[in-house]
Amino acid sequence: MKGSHSIELQHINVKLLLKDSQGVDLNPLIPVFHSWIQGQVCDELLLDVADYRHVYGGPGVVLIGHEADYSIDNTDNRLGVRYNRKAVLGGGNQERLAQAALAALTACQHLHEDTRLNGKFHFNGQDIEIFVNDRLLAPNNEARREALSAEFQAFSERIFGETEYSLSFGDDPGRLLGVSLRTSQPVSVENLLQNLRSAPTAEDLAKHGPSSAVPDYDWREELKAAHGAD
Amino acid sequence: MKASNTLWKEKLAGQIADNLSREIDAFETDIALRKQGRLDERLFAETRLRRGAYGQRYDNGQRSDGQKVQRLNFPSGELTKGPNTLWDAPGMQRIKIPAGGLNAAQLETMAELAEEYSDGIAHVTTRQDFQLHYVNIDDTPSLMRRLAAASITTREACGNSVRNVTACPYAGVCQDEAFDVTPYSRALSKFLLGHPDCQNFGRKFKPAFSGCSQHACGLSSMHDLGLIAAKRVNAETGREEIGFEMYVGGGLGAVPYQAKLFDSFVPPDELLPLAQAIARVFARHGEKKNRNRARIKFLIQDLGIEKFRELVLEERKILPFDPRCTEYIKEAQAEFAESPLKPSGELPSLVAIEGLNGNSDNFKRWLKFNTRPQKQPGYVTVVVALPLGDITANQLRSLSDIVRRFTKETVRTTVEQNFVIRWVSKSDVRELFTALHAVGLGDPGAGALVDITSCPGTDTCKLGISSSRGLAAELRKRVSEKSFQQDEAVQNLHIKISGCFNSCGQHHVADLGFYGVSRKIAGYAVPHFQVVLGGEWSHNAGSYGLPVVAIPSKSIPQVVTRLTDRYVAGRNPGESFKDFIKRLGKAELKKMLDDLTKPPTTDRSYFSDWGDPREYTLGDMGVGECAGEVVSSVEFGLAAAERELFEAQLAHESGQVEQAGEKAYHAMLHAAKALVEVEYSDVTNDPEEIVSEFRARYFDTQKFFDPFAGGKFANYLFDAHRRAGQAYTSESSRHLMDEAQLFIDAAHSCYNRLGTLVTA
Repeated sequence: MKGSHSIELQHINVKLLLKDSQGVDLNPLIPVFHSWIQGQVCDELLLDVADYRHVYGGPGVVLIGHEADYSIDNTDNRLGVRYNRKAVLGGGNQERLAQAALAALTACQHLHEDTRLNGKFHFNGQDIEIFVNDRLLAPNNEARREALSAEFQAFSERIFGETEYSLSFGDDPGRLLGVSLRTSQPVSVENLLQNLRSAPTAEDLAKHGPSSAVPDYDWREELKAAHGAD
Repeated sequence: MKASNTLWKEKLAGQIADNLSREIDAFETDIALRKQGRLDERLFAETRLRRGAYGQRYDNGQRSDGQKVQRLNFPSGELTKGPNTLWDAPGMQRIKIPAGGLNAAQLETMAELAEEYSDGIAHVTTRQDFQLHYVNIDDTPSLMRRLAAASITTREACGNSVRNVTACPYAGVCQDEAFDVTPYSRALSKFLLGHPDCQNFGRKFKPAFSGCSQHACGLSSMHDLGLIAAKRVNAETGREEIGFEMYVGGGLGAVPYQAKLFDSFVPPDELLPLAQAIARVFARHGEKKNRNRARIKFLIQDLGIEKFRELVLEERKILPFDPRCTEYIKEAQAEFAESPLKPSGELPSLVAIEGLNGNSDNFKRWLKFNTRPQKQPGYVTVVVALPLGDITANQLRSLSDIVRRFTKETVRTTVEQNFVIRWVSKSDVRELFTALHAVGLGDPGAGALVDITSCPGTDTCKLGISSSRGLAAELRKRVSEKSFQQDEAVQNLHIKISGCFNSCGQHHVADLGFYGVSRKIAGYAVPHFQVVLGGEWSHNAGSYGLPVVAIPSKSIPQVVTRLTDRYVAGRNPGESFKDFIKRLGKAELKKMLDDLTKPPTTDRSYFSDWGDPREYTLGDMGVGECAGEVVSSVEFGLAAAERELFEAQLAHESGQVEQAGEKAYHAMLHAAKALVEVEYSDVTNDPEEIVSEFRARYFDTQKFFDPFAGGKFANYLFDAHRRAGQAYTSESSRHLMDEAQLFIDAAHSCYNRLGTLVTA
């Protein structure tokens, strides 16, 4: 993880793309998410359900929480189970990546097992997207992507184990820094969970308190370059 | 709370105007003081409101999950950011966009903020603002700094202040306008922002500009201060002059008021000073204690327009000279001048349109509904229709790219919750459509039946009674399927929906308007919408519709179908919907919808709202008192009150204004008596006794109080009782009928709170 040791990744989003997602009706999902609030089934404090089905390529149906949101997200018209970590977490980057992935995978598992959804929401087994939802900590530029490449590779090796995978960054500077991971063959949610089973929960990470690390990305350098200063 | 919050201040140093920077620093300090308990919660609430940081539903820490009221155990515990508003509860951030004007970089900023601080959606409001929801109060200083770096402020977006100055989004390019009002609206916005004379209002103050009197785009007649561009020939010089028709005291809210003409011609140089004088009079004489009567419309009603005008003109005389009053206009004329990026052109031929590979029908509809020729030959404006006013972060970025590609970044938000791209060369329309369509922004039907306006309602607003967005989404879905096969006259109707009586969805000025109310049926609270018909959208919201009947939410689509079908079948040639409704009359309309007023008790879907499977409850608005049992005589009494009010409306319709006023007053007495009888069955029909008993049992005890409007609706009864016996005018009886409707609705709500709600 050369070059990324002090880059703090917070507000990590993990999205698991769904299988056979064309034309999936999200309506049955709404009562399911409401029942999650009733049962407070996740680690986070769950608050409300926001319905954005009417928006093209949008966040779909969102289960709003205090520390994180869960959604069936249709950004870029790729439907997936998305976990959006909002609250700051302690620990290191690998632990925070694992926490977000664990939360997304667990949500995916719940949805797949929920009889009200007739098994229509399940992971395609191959595609995971990761985003860092903070442009100051993680601007989407070449230097940053290069610096974080090893971090994401290390995480990929942990979550995929022996399974081969490919990794590609999105390079639109207006978008969040994001990486797409794709395995060469399908892997089950259970296997991925097993690979991550040593990952800490949000509760564990919260006990550490927020990291005091300051990101090594320095906008001062960027500004100097932009203004031709030395 | 974002990890980067502590870093943005340093990152953006030097990129934010000094005054904005200081204000945000001060707000950040206030946040710290409040957290330490060194700033009173009420003071902090008004402080944050004046920075556009609003409360959201469930911010009192309680939420019905459909089975029980859940306590939301936020990490900051009982720390509050205002009375009954918990610190950690997500809030709404309103962002002012004067005249709706934006550039590409600002669109990109909005996209970033929606993504990083909200849920990925930016919402365009009916006053050309943006709103972001589910925002953490601790993130707001960073959010505000990033906006300020893009020259956008949230200052005075909420609170008792001058709100966003809106203006016709076609100003400067409209074929029918007298002249471009843009620089005047921007100058007024800058002049009044933070002005010392605008810091002591009892309530908010909303200005709006229109370029003409015939269209709706500026909605001047429903604003506290409405300006309509006008021209006249100077009798002495024979030269044409420009100026403004100035209107004051309009407003929707619970009881809508049409603005009154203050001056038929205000020269541009007098615009800002007169606005300042009005602000002074409002601040000095406006109601401060009773916020339900604190809008300027009530002051003007109490004083009369002549006396109000006299006070303002006296104040104008003593205003010290302020060079900014003319400088700001000159500056704005230079700053906001627009020009095209591309040479003018011609629209594509039909042959070219047919080559759009399956999209030609859509393109033709889009051309028809979403484009409009500018007064500058060879250019059109293009409306980007947003479903329910929502746009994603990615769409905002795409829109930003598109406006850079086709224009000199000339885009505005509209009061119909859309965008207008201006200065599009006619030669580019096909390419522009393709670009918009590719990112889901090319929907046709702008300004048509399918382009439904809705406030946030119960989705996020703590005042919401019914799900306005849920209903809007449902109607939109149903209407979209057949919208363009429908009769031309129906295609152009307007549907507007509010989640409660406060009219943020502007239901009063729609052909088909709806506002949320609740009713109790068979012991269950059932979400309803009051049907308001015959409002006028054109002529700057020229007249307001009247409530006809309350219908369960789930039956509203049938209401729309019945009314539009009847209109198509029964209208006279050229007859507008408003005139058709008037001709049909209330009795016929009510008869037509009567069977829809009662939901089938076997269909449980009626007991939940659109898009929300939870058993419906008003509990989320606040915790009501429980008197233990359902009292059927109340329902009977309230039904009698509704009936009496209906008769009042019929009387008004037939010109019997005196009788209308009397009946509206008696309708309120009926409703009040029904509630009094719950506790005191021997109450007589003597109005004095009813009012006295009602006051003692429901007002003084606050049992009748709306969780947010307080005793507002009870005061309608007391005012009507005090004025009983006085003559009614058409306008005063009309207002009384509106107030009576709200009083009866409040009586229903009170009754709901009194009884034990039956839950599934």
